[in-house]
Amino acid sequence: MAVPPNVNPADFEAALSLWRSAVGADWVFTAAEDVALYRDAYSPYWAEPEERLASAAVAPATLEQVQAVVRTANRYRIPLYAISTGRNLAYGGSAPALSGSVVLDLKRMNRVLEVNERNAYALVEPGVSYFDLYDHITKAGLDVWIDAPDPGWGSLIGNALDGGGGWTASPFRDHFGSHCGMEVVLADGEVVRTGMGALPNAKSWQHYKWGHGPWVDGLFRQGNMGIVTKMGFYLMPRPEAYISGTVQVYREEDVVALLDTLNLLENQHVVNGSTALYYGDLENIYGSVRDQATPGTPAWSLVLPIYGPEKVIRAQLEYARDKFARVPGMRFVEGELLRTPLTAEAQKRVHQVNFGIPILAIFSMLGRSPANPAPAGGHIGFSPVIPRTGESVLEYQRYYRENMAAMSAGKETGIVGPVFLTNWERSMVALMMFPIGRDKASNSRMRLAFARWVTKAAEHGWAEYRAPTPFQDLVAQTYSFNNHALLHLCETIKDAVDPNGILSPGRYGVWPKHLRKG
Amino acid sequence: MRRSMCALGTWLALSSAVQAAAPSASVSPAPVTPVGEAVYAHWCAPCHAAGPGHPGTESLQLKYGGQRPAVLLERTDLSAAAVAAAVRQGVLLMAPFRKTEITDAELQALAAYVARSFNKGR
Repeated sequence: MAVPPNVNPADFEAALSLWRSAVGADWVFTAAEDVALYRDAYSPYWAEPEERLASAAVAPATLEQVQAVVRTANRYRIPLYAISTGRNLAYGGSAPALSGSVVLDLKRMNRVLEVNERNAYALVEPGVSYFDLYDHITKAGLDVWIDAPDPGWGSLIGNALDGGGGWTASPFRDHFGSHCGMEVVLADGEVVRTGMGALPNAKSWQHYKWGHGPWVDGLFRQGNMGIVTKMGFYLMPRPEAYISGTVQVYREEDVVALLDTLNLLENQHVVNGSTALYYGDLENIYGSVRDQATPGTPAWSLVLPIYGPEKVIRAQLEYARDKFARVPGMRFVEGELLRTPLTAEAQKRVHQVNFGIPILAIFSMLGRSPANPAPAGGHIGFSPVIPRTGESVLEYQRYYRENMAAMSAGKETGIVGPVFLTNWERSMVALMMFPIGRDKASNSRMRLAFARWVTKAAEHGWAEYRAPTPFQDLVAQTYSFNNHALLHLCETIKDAVDPNGILSPGRYGVWPKHLRKG
Repeated sequence: MRRSMCALGTWLALSSAVQAAAPSASVSPAPVTPVGEAVYAHWCAPCHAAGPGHPGTESLQLKYGGQRPAVLLERTDLSAAAVAAAVRQGVLLMAPFRKTEITDAELQALAAYVARSFNKGR
């Protein structure tokens, strides 16, 4: 049996025994075959010495059990690594940032504590997946939608805390931004509730997120200052209808006017759905920008979805079309109006996550396909944030075309993208996917190319909003303004709230004092 | 993108856990219960149900080219042991499922349900 770093075997045995008493022997995993289930299936270091591996796993089912597990870990200074549903594939899965950590698996905390239709919010535990909440709402016949990311098996809490996003209307797509209130277990086992939840008789925990005084929720996003055991989320009252339009322009440089107009319409909330920018035509869903557009076909296509009452959204779409008419040579195609709830037939035709329905269809994108009969298996995502302007898109595109070969050491790597994601309201993400499998040589090439992209992109002022575990240190180092002042602040807070450094050490580049290098 | 994906085709494919796990004569089949069906509906159907939008089904369709059914529940060549191995070892994009997601007892019920037609209809 593996033992956590800097922990003597007798102490580890004592801790395991206390954990078994706290959560039940069935929910403490030490057998190799059970611990192996916590490996990151998409690890870019699979079966190499640098792969991040757990020593054991503990799975509490209640807040009190989490407190007991954490107190024991703190007593024996055993590193824990908290996961929610453990499906954070491409960003580390259920494996820890520090090898030898004990995974604190919160999947069994799977209660939907409240869904309030009248005020449109939910309060859930970390093990609740988008599928679970959708089932709960459907069975209860409630008239609210959830905002799911592409894979519906993820945790609402885990996805929000990792910085994930979804595909419905703008107030809900930023999952951390649309949360309201948290319950957190600290390293000493104490429980904190944030916002209005800090009132003993709180009546507005999920109504007002800020409370009184400093707002600390941000410390728990991509952080390791505490373990979130409850979290509230705003839900979307089911909109009456959905309509979309598609704008197409035929010159590459027209992406400047396209995005300026889009920004105006989104910032005025005329367009409220998750827009999609395609390089070329609509079929080019994950299209590479490495080649020039074919003459006579659109250089860019932009899909504009709008949710709301039928009369209103028809007027909104007309207004949007008038605004885009200023772009010379633009073509506008009005899409079908769909009333909700969708008919079974309509459900089959649409991308269901745009209608609050969680699915797993995204795995078709990088799975076996006629064009790719033997895919690598996994992938990791490179997701730099770029300004929401056409000039930035053109600059990134130019940069990609000029440097891709050198970044990949002249080899064909199968890297997909960049795709310019417009689903954040005020920024864009130039997403690229790096295939990862079981072939060590190709994984090595991917790691090298990925690290080059991180470093070179930072030189241009582009940095990732989220990263796979093995690259979190590298990305954290790119946020280096004023001699890494931001990271130093996080380390100071970490040392204060978790002096023994037991909570998810290394997550997102924040290490406790005794594990910091240099 | 098409060009990128073609390049992947030259890579080594994973050996499938389903193929790797030989049916074991020592495993006596568990009874088919509603638990198995419920576990299947929650954990497997989003990828393996019939029709478009199901990545597992699409993948198996390409893998077998019609030689075997792409929909898991239509298979007659999957033993309970093979199903259990796929769940715990993972296959290609499908990461393994932990015991906090599918317990050993649930896995037994799931495997019995998916393998209920094993060796029938041949």
